[in-house]
Amino acid sequence: MDTFLQLVVTGLAVGATYGLIALGFVLIYKASGVLNLAQGELMMFGAYICFVFSVQANIPFYAAVALTLPVALLIGAVIERFFLRYMIGQPLISVIMMTIGLMILMRGIATWIWGTEPKVYPQVFPQESMSIGSVNISYEYLWAAGLSIFFVLIYIIFFRFTKSGLVMRATSDDEHAALSIGISIKKVLSQSWAIAALTAAVGGIIIGALVGLDTTSFPQYGLKVLPVVLLGGLDSIPGAIIGGILIGLTENLVPEYLGFLGGGMEELAPYILVLIVLIVRPHGLFGLKRIERI
Amino acid sequence: MLVLNNIEVIYSNVILVLKGVSFEVRDGQISSLLGANGAGKTTTLKAISGLLKSELGEVSDGNIEWDGKRIDRMGPDGVVKMGIAQVMEGRRVFQHLTMEENLKVGAHLRKDSMNVKKDLDMVYDLFPKLKELHNRISGYLSGGEQQMMVLGRALMAKPKLVLLDEPSLGLAPIIVTEIFSAVKKINVEEKTSFLIVEQNARAALRVAGFGYVMDNGRIVLYGESEKLVDNEDIREFYMGLGDLGQRKSYREVKHYKRRKRWLG
Ligand SMILES: Nc1ncnc2c1ncn2[C@@H]1O[C@H](COP(=O)(O)OP(=O)(O)OP(=O)(O)O)[C@@H](O)[C@H]1O
Ligand SMILES: [Mg+2]
Repeated sequence: MDTFLQLVVTGLAVGATYGLIALGFVLIYKASGVLNLAQGELMMFGAYICFVFSVQANIPFYAAVALTLPVALLIGAVIERFFLRYMIGQPLISVIMMTIGLMILMRGIATWIWGTEPKVYPQVFPQESMSIGSVNISYEYLWAAGLSIFFVLIYIIFFRFTKSGLVMRATSDDEHAALSIGISIKKVLSQSWAIAALTAAVGGIIIGALVGLDTTSFPQYGLKVLPVVLLGGLDSIPGAIIGGILIGLTENLVPEYLGFLGGGMEELAPYILVLIVLIVRPHGLFGLKRIERI
Repeated sequence: MLVLNNIEVIYSNVILVLKGVSFEVRDGQISSLLGANGAGKTTTLKAISGLLKSELGEVSDGNIEWDGKRIDRMGPDGVVKMGIAQVMEGRRVFQHLTMEENLKVGAHLRKDSMNVKKDLDMVYDLFPKLKELHNRISGYLSGGEQQMMVLGRALMAKPKLVLLDEPSLGLAPIIVTEIFSAVKKINVEEKTSFLIVEQNARAALRVAGFGYVMDNGRIVLYGESEKLVDNEDIREFYMGLGDLGQRKSYREVKHYKRRKRWLG
């Protein structure tokens, strides 16, 4: 039972972070219908830029995070301006190829700059753990969960209550109608990439703080975004968060309880879950349907 | 004042849809643009609002001026900033947004947030029904409610000219009357000009001071609404008021001739 609770807490914490990263993916999909397969690389860049600030430039960690955020926004906007801008109106497959190209390019750049040696942040989260009854919960994971939830809330507030958020939601509903009321689609696309890069960076920093940085294994975490969004529904914000948590829980609980099925279950289990959900609900758990009045 | 000087519009570099269209909409005026399906009415509105570009269309000849400035090379956001709002054909609501969010997003370019609140009340005064529905998800609203909402959304930008594409499409006569009265009211109170594209010529000519009839990419007839209402061709083709029953065969011959005259 104790192990179970511990795994649940770990799963929730990691899952909330996956959810955060997936929000960026969902945002780009909603704004432009583009599946951004480079979301994991955006995440890696955020994590490494924070490493540059905090370790190489020796800036206190939270200040380094604060410095990373505007850089991440900029990276997102630059990628949109110089790559995706030219793909407006192009066939879906070309756009997907473009994001695969970006993914490989960014991996290459990251390995070139930061090498393949694993790196770590200075100790970010307290290492102790807290006991509730007989369950030990490490502060690390509580911090990770708390930070993820905090940023998810900011994201939700941004979309619900700010003018830019409203404009972006309108554009994702009907691009032509958005044009007709004077919304600049280019601006919306640029903002959506900027924000996607930002959520990815925050997620990357949190994961980096938990497991360290490694250009070869880091992108794996980015790929987790796929089962998360497929599960939640490509265009659903609550779906991304709940999908993230479900995947986090699955990959923590399954190896423990179904480990006898063989190793590597933590990699496999999320995809099995996705397959089952998609068979039952092709739009994912929360995918928006077009409203059809009859 | 809006002036179209002999504009041609080509889609995909080959399909010539407008073949030299000229007309004007004076400040404070309501004008209507009538014509059969496929005549090029929507294309004309899109040429003005800059929406053509997103459909591979372009103004290939002639020009469009608004208050003396050329706007035919501008993007739709630039045109909206200059005070021209288009209400697209077919009630294009932001379906997952609430009614009020739809109205508010119409004002997104404005900096005077104090007055935006006032204008929201103005729209609710214009269409009291919308006020009750302010929290509804707009995708589920009825056709009439959606049409009122998209008109209200355009008004939220405080435009000087509204391009209104087939507001009566698929609506009950009583709703059509309500919408056209609202147009008249805004025109009188706010001095907003309107260019209304309609199949329902009767409803349009009732509020409009001036009308243009378009056929096959050209303006074939124009004049003050009172004159157009009395025009035999208009009565017959757009109001269904032909001298039915009388000497049917002769009528058909005449019909054919008139049709030909328009096309030529
Ligand atoms: N994007 C496009 N590409 C090619 N041809 C187009 C395009 N849009 C419109 N057309 C053609 O241009 C012509 C005029 O279309 P338009 O939509 O302007 O007509 P309309 O007068 O608004 O008709 P309706 O009353 O049916 O709305 C039609 O023949 C149409 O097929
Ligand atoms: Mg039309």
